[in-house]
Amino acid sequence: MPFSTLSELKTRLDAGEITAVEIAKSYLDRIAEFNNELNAFVDIDPSHVLEQAQASDAYRASHEPRPLEGLPIAIKDIFCTQDGPTQCCSNILKDYHAPYDAHVITRLKEAGAVLVGKTNMDEFAMGSSTETSAFGICRNPWDTDRIPGGSSGGSAAAVAAALAPAALGTDTGGSIRQPASVCGITGMKPTYGRVSRRGIIAFASSLDQAGPMTRTVKDAAMITAAISGHDALDSTSVPNAPVVDWLAACDQTDMKGLRIGKPKEYFIDGMDQGVRASIDAALARCEALGAEIIDISLPHTNAAVAAYYVIAPSEASANLSRYDAVRFGHRCENPDDLLDMYTRSRDEGFGTEVKRRILTGTFALSSGYYDAYYIKAQQVRTLIRQDFIDAFEQVDVIATPTSPVTAFKLGEKTDDPLTMYLSDIFTIALNLAGLPGISQPCGFVDSLPVGLQWMAPAWREDLILGAASAYENATDWVKSPAKFGGEV
Amino acid sequence: MSWEVVIGLEVHVQVNTKTKQFCGCSTEFGAEPNTQTCPVCLGMPGQLPVLNMEAARKSVLTGLAINADINLVSKFDRKNYFYPDLPKGYQITQFPLPIVEGGYLDIPTKDGEKRIGITRIHMEEDAGKSMHEGLDGVSHIDLNRSGVPLMEIVSEPDMANADEAIAYLKQLHQLVCFLDVSDANMEKGQFRCDANVSVRRPGEPLGTRAELKNLNSFRFIKQAIEYEVNRQIELIEDGGEVVQETRLYDSAKGESRSMRSKEEAHDYRYFPEPDLPPLRFTQEEVDAIRAGMPELPGQLRKRFETEYGLSPYDADVLTQTRDLATWYESLVAAHPADPKRCANWMANELLGRLKETGTEISASPVSPTRLAGLLERIADNTISGKTAKDVLDAMMTSDDDADVIIDAKGLKQVSDTGAIDAIIHEVMEANPDQVAGYRGGKDKLLGFFVGQVMKASRGKANPGMVNQRLKELLKG
Ligand SMILES: [Zn+2]
Repeated sequence: MPFSTLSELKTRLDAGEITAVEIAKSYLDRIAEFNNELNAFVDIDPSHVLEQAQASDAYRASHEPRPLEGLPIAIKDIFCTQDGPTQCCSNILKDYHAPYDAHVITRLKEAGAVLVGKTNMDEFAMGSSTETSAFGICRNPWDTDRIPGGSSGGSAAAVAAALAPAALGTDTGGSIRQPASVCGITGMKPTYGRVSRRGIIAFASSLDQAGPMTRTVKDAAMITAAISGHDALDSTSVPNAPVVDWLAACDQTDMKGLRIGKPKEYFIDGMDQGVRASIDAALARCEALGAEIIDISLPHTNAAVAAYYVIAPSEASANLSRYDAVRFGHRCENPDDLLDMYTRSRDEGFGTEVKRRILTGTFALSSGYYDAYYIKAQQVRTLIRQDFIDAFEQVDVIATPTSPVTAFKLGEKTDDPLTMYLSDIFTIALNLAGLPGISQPCGFVDSLPVGLQWMAPAWREDLILGAASAYENATDWVKSPAKFGGEV
Repeated sequence: MSWEVVIGLEVHVQVNTKTKQFCGCSTEFGAEPNTQTCPVCLGMPGQLPVLNMEAARKSVLTGLAINADINLVSKFDRKNYFYPDLPKGYQITQFPLPIVEGGYLDIPTKDGEKRIGITRIHMEEDAGKSMHEGLDGVSHIDLNRSGVPLMEIVSEPDMANADEAIAYLKQLHQLVCFLDVSDANMEKGQFRCDANVSVRRPGEPLGTRAELKNLNSFRFIKQAIEYEVNRQIELIEDGGEVVQETRLYDSAKGESRSMRSKEEAHDYRYFPEPDLPPLRFTQEEVDAIRAGMPELPGQLRKRFETEYGLSPYDADVLTQTRDLATWYESLVAAHPADPKRCANWMANELLGRLKETGTEISASPVSPTRLAGLLERIADNTISGKTAKDVLDAMMTSDDDADVIIDAKGLKQVSDTGAIDAIIHEVMEANPDQVAGYRGGKDKLLGFFVGQVMKASRGKANPGMVNQRLKELLKG
């Protein structure tokens, strides 16, 4: 059972073959057995998980089951939950308990899901390897000497090692798709504005978006359907966003007539040749399924990383000002005065990478530099958005590698922030453009998973869910690491 | 050689919506500290702002009333600085693209009307309050005010002395009250002013300015500006130089001190607020707001002069606030025969009595209908104007109508010629010397007789008739 998909579990629950409590227990057993090694979860309350499962079974006994009735879903530590701590894997929020649920958490509860613990992540979602977590590194289940990606590395590792059948992540510059790619699972970032950001601890407000991390494309569609929709208390959440039947889109088995764009800027010299070969093979498979592969250009791709590393830290520098030791969060011992309280509390509470980004953002917004950095970055962002608009005149979807490399070794890039930032080189442009994207497994290089990324125009999640499903249905890359009881 | 003074004002006006700018918390003044807060205005993680559209509409209305341009698309920005009563570490405001730009107010000056330009009005949120005094080294923070909606109204540097600045502020104060966009109570901090002051020799470019903060009454504003003007002139005349700085006025000491220099000034690192999309109005929405615009003080004043024949002075007094004007018009509706008498009695008698007890017109114990009842009795000669003042005194502390008081106290005026003549004869008989004196040419003695007759009638004789009959009967 552990390596079951959400859909399989749902079928068995609906058929009465199994109870939510039995499912919860089996995952709790695996967490007890494997989490020490992976550190995918930073907080878990087994009795609370079982309570939710019991409540779900009781609900099912007297009601029509809800869309995610009794299904366990792990939650990234960035989502505020009334139950248990919400710490964003930062010492500055150590033992912080939010007095409210994030909107998506409310949605999951209303859909009958059983919420399982809080997963490890880069501190404040700032990182690509989960190594900046204040609560210890997280390991990749395919090779525990390697990173699980980031920032949603705990969620990715948990799903890959079947400590949970599905998880929630957030994606600001690739934080769902890149860990999904290097952990061999599926992860989707919906269109910006599709999912409410209320109650998600903000990193970069104009880029952040929550999404599912699952074993299959259909599972991703199930969760997206549950968490998306307008929230009047998030002014950037879009009312009446077009919705197509995403579950139906997942029944797609061919790609007849689908025009897939292959942007030359995503197949670069520095990338891993094994990754490139996997993607080429995947595209050949798509062609065999009836798709037309069209060479395209997204000419401003090269500037995306630079623009991102101005815009995201700028927004973050303001978003993280509220951690000032006044109302909540870490406060230093015996401050001399107000300035000492601010500086020492923040110095003790924030990790190196978070400080680096606050400083970067503060600098970029400073008088005299604002035009050269922030304004310029916004101009680049507009050009990148236009690149996609132009490209989608020619093609229906775009396919690229999710990451130029497979999972790298723990510690390999921690001393070199710039190299680390390049891990997101293929995922960042999509956030800048606010478009939906999905990463799915498409092969292995040296026994490490490779991810195929799909991109679509705004609100057309159905197109990439359909394409990814057709590819998934035609291939056999959804696998599980042997070390954790999987079939490979 | 003379000096020119240049003054520009930034006024923070609290918008009188029920709820805060970006959350649903109450804006009621005076609640227990931190009881009117929620995760949004406490700046808790993950919480997001949602704009109060009522506050936006009131800002548009204000813009229309100062003849400004309404930006159909305006944007919000973050102004970054750390302070314990600023929960998010940034204030949501509008920087490059505010909701209102380019208006003006015409103010009265001793040389006639002067037009003061208004650069912009932008929407923002207030911070909380920090309290340091009497707390033995600790500070307390009350976040009830955090997130309360504000309009910042920025003038051009068009004022040339403290009197003009005060005239502008009073005009603006009256306007926002009339529009009902603010309660503008200065003691509650709902109408706060910062002043930018500089001096120069005629014909020279603008001098270096100092910004005066913490000006919370018209009196202090005038004092602070005059103090600052003198300080700058003395400084320059002594060979010194004005530095750009922010100064805090201490109303107790009557002087200002430097708060921070230009070098110490904050870099607020403004950038677009990513949590709020641009604020959009359609022209139709703006037109609808314009259609709902109440009559403004200037229009009302002119109408009172032409429609009711009031003197400019009375018209001005009765249009000071919308409540006063409304009250006056209710009074005229109840006593339409003589709008001028209504104005006299309201402006001189009623308001005088209310002022003694510090009562607002809205809380007047005498309603327009009751005052009209009193004025009717003057009109029909039941009582004299003098007696009416006594009746009004009684009405201020009683719920009785004028008629009830007049009856109970037997104040009804004697207007019967026979009865008045009888009293006059009595008085004449009692004072033969004075009669002889009057008849001998001492006309001034008429006043003596009027007084005696009024006294003998215990004030009830109709004074006009007494006068007329005395002249007749004293002729002999
Ligand atoms: Zn609030």
